[in-house]
Amino acid sequence: MLVAPVLVLLIFFLVLPIAVMAAYTFFTFVTAGVETSALTTANWHEFLTDSYYSGFLLKTLRVGAITATLCGVLGYFPAYFIWATTFKHKWLLLLLLIVPFWISFTIRTFSWINILGEQGVINVALLKLGIINEPLPMLYNEGAVILGMLHFLLPYMILNVYVSLESIDRTLIAAARSMGCTSAQAFREVTLPLSLPGLAAGLLLCFVLAAGSYVTPQLLGSGRDALFGNLIYDTIMGELNWPMGATLSIVLFVVLGFFAAIYTRYMGMSQIVKGLGG
Amino acid sequence: MKLGRRQEGRWAWRLTGFVTLCVYIFMFAPIVATVILSFNASMFGGFPMTGFSLQWYGKLMANEQVLTAFRTSLWIALVTSAVTTAIGVVTAFALVRFEFPGKQALSTLVILPALVPETILGVGLLVLIKAIDQPRTMLLLVLGHILLAVPYVVLITQARMVGIRRVYEEAALSLGASRFSSFREITLPLLIPAVVGGALLAFTISFDNTSASLFWRPAGVETMPTQILSMLKISISPEINALGTVMILVTVGIPLVGGLILQSLTRLKRRDQPKEETL
Repeated sequence: MLVAPVLVLLIFFLVLPIAVMAAYTFFTFVTAGVETSALTTANWHEFLTDSYYSGFLLKTLRVGAITATLCGVLGYFPAYFIWATTFKHKWLLLLLLIVPFWISFTIRTFSWINILGEQGVINVALLKLGIINEPLPMLYNEGAVILGMLHFLLPYMILNVYVSLESIDRTLIAAARSMGCTSAQAFREVTLPLSLPGLAAGLLLCFVLAAGSYVTPQLLGSGRDALFGNLIYDTIMGELNWPMGATLSIVLFVVLGFFAAIYTRYMGMSQIVKGLGG
Repeated sequence: MKLGRRQEGRWAWRLTGFVTLCVYIFMFAPIVATVILSFNASMFGGFPMTGFSLQWYGKLMANEQVLTAFRTSLWIALVTSAVTTAIGVVTAFALVRFEFPGKQALSTLVILPALVPETILGVGLLVLIKAIDQPRTMLLLVLGHILLAVPYVVLITQARMVGIRRVYEEAALSLGASRFSSFREITLPLLIPAVVGGALLAFTISFDNTSASLFWRPAGVETMPTQILSMLKISISPEINALGTVMILVTVGIPLVGGLILQSLTRLKRRDQPKEETL
């Protein structure tokens, strides 16, 4: 069978781990790194009653939603521009969007320190110009985290919207114009609705990737800006509390899966597939 | 009135262009700043520039830890790229050309690793390993990277395969070729752009992977991104900027050169068989 290798890989590295992780949420935590298979609901009880965890979850969802929305707003313009421009070297604009995917994500994230940091471009320039006397604290806060995520998610959004715009039959817009629509009306009535599937796919992708991020809050945020991914990492690698770590992972998996399910219920999977694969 | 509206349209278009420009600047400004700073003579990893110097590159070349991490990542990425491409191409072939029970489920399952956050995939595999009492090994790390890269290779190959008409393969089969040789002689050569593209993408995904590698790497092993992370925990030094610049050169240079080679190859081919495109 041709699909045997991929099937084995997916079962042993995707399905089985998530199943075992689900079982682990009922294991008993004894001490760091030690747990027994005595079944208990203590982990779930702790998660559901301790507002520390629900606070983390809400903050993560909020940051994810803000990031996705900003991506949608800021990403739509370039996508539309690339689609509508008469510029001869359109491929160059598209290539420039793909290049960031090739640059290490860690490097792209820490490079923001060179812009926002105390010795970053902005602070040094403002100090030189005498506008400020002390460097502005722009790093290690939630804004910096969102900015960093925006930076790595925007290409996903732009490409998703662009793919969607590309599939629009341009004669429809010409038809709307010839029937007396202004260009704004034609955009509002024809182009925008027809590009919504791409926008929705981009929003979902950005939301899920932002809410699941680990590196960006780690590098650009302070301890207070940690997100759910950081909480999971610290619970497992720091506290060695595996059952709780598994519980938190399953929670994130279910919550994000819930949003993805709502999305696929209305939009189907095809748009996401197009956006990811080109 | 009409003039006013046209004016409005022009302003909207200008605004679109302006935001687009800003987004592109936003995308590349930090990267450019990092590259510039890597040549800074200053002791501190920041502005202002105090002079041009290559000393941080020299320091980097002498940093044994960095070199080891680089070699580790390179090997992992090469193996991941080769294996993922093989698995991905075969899977895409099966998904596009054959009907079998569970096909729909499989095609959904196969893109899941790209959608599920890495933290979850990372913890899951780790819990499984712990449950069956196995140590974290290099093999595990590589297989994990293959899992992360497989959706992209499958999607890219699928998109290309859909465009290849079945008649070519059927012609070969009717002339007596076996299924395997029709795949090797007909399908695979037509797939080359997707295969190369997929292999390059798999390479960068593996070379670049951070979050999942933090969970999966064997004790004491650092890949390039995890090495950068642990260096950043100490401080941002000019050496890191130099390292970033080298990495950018490697990860942007390889696909660009690959793409150019590919383009000239197809151009050469087209010159040989000018009729092929019109079929």
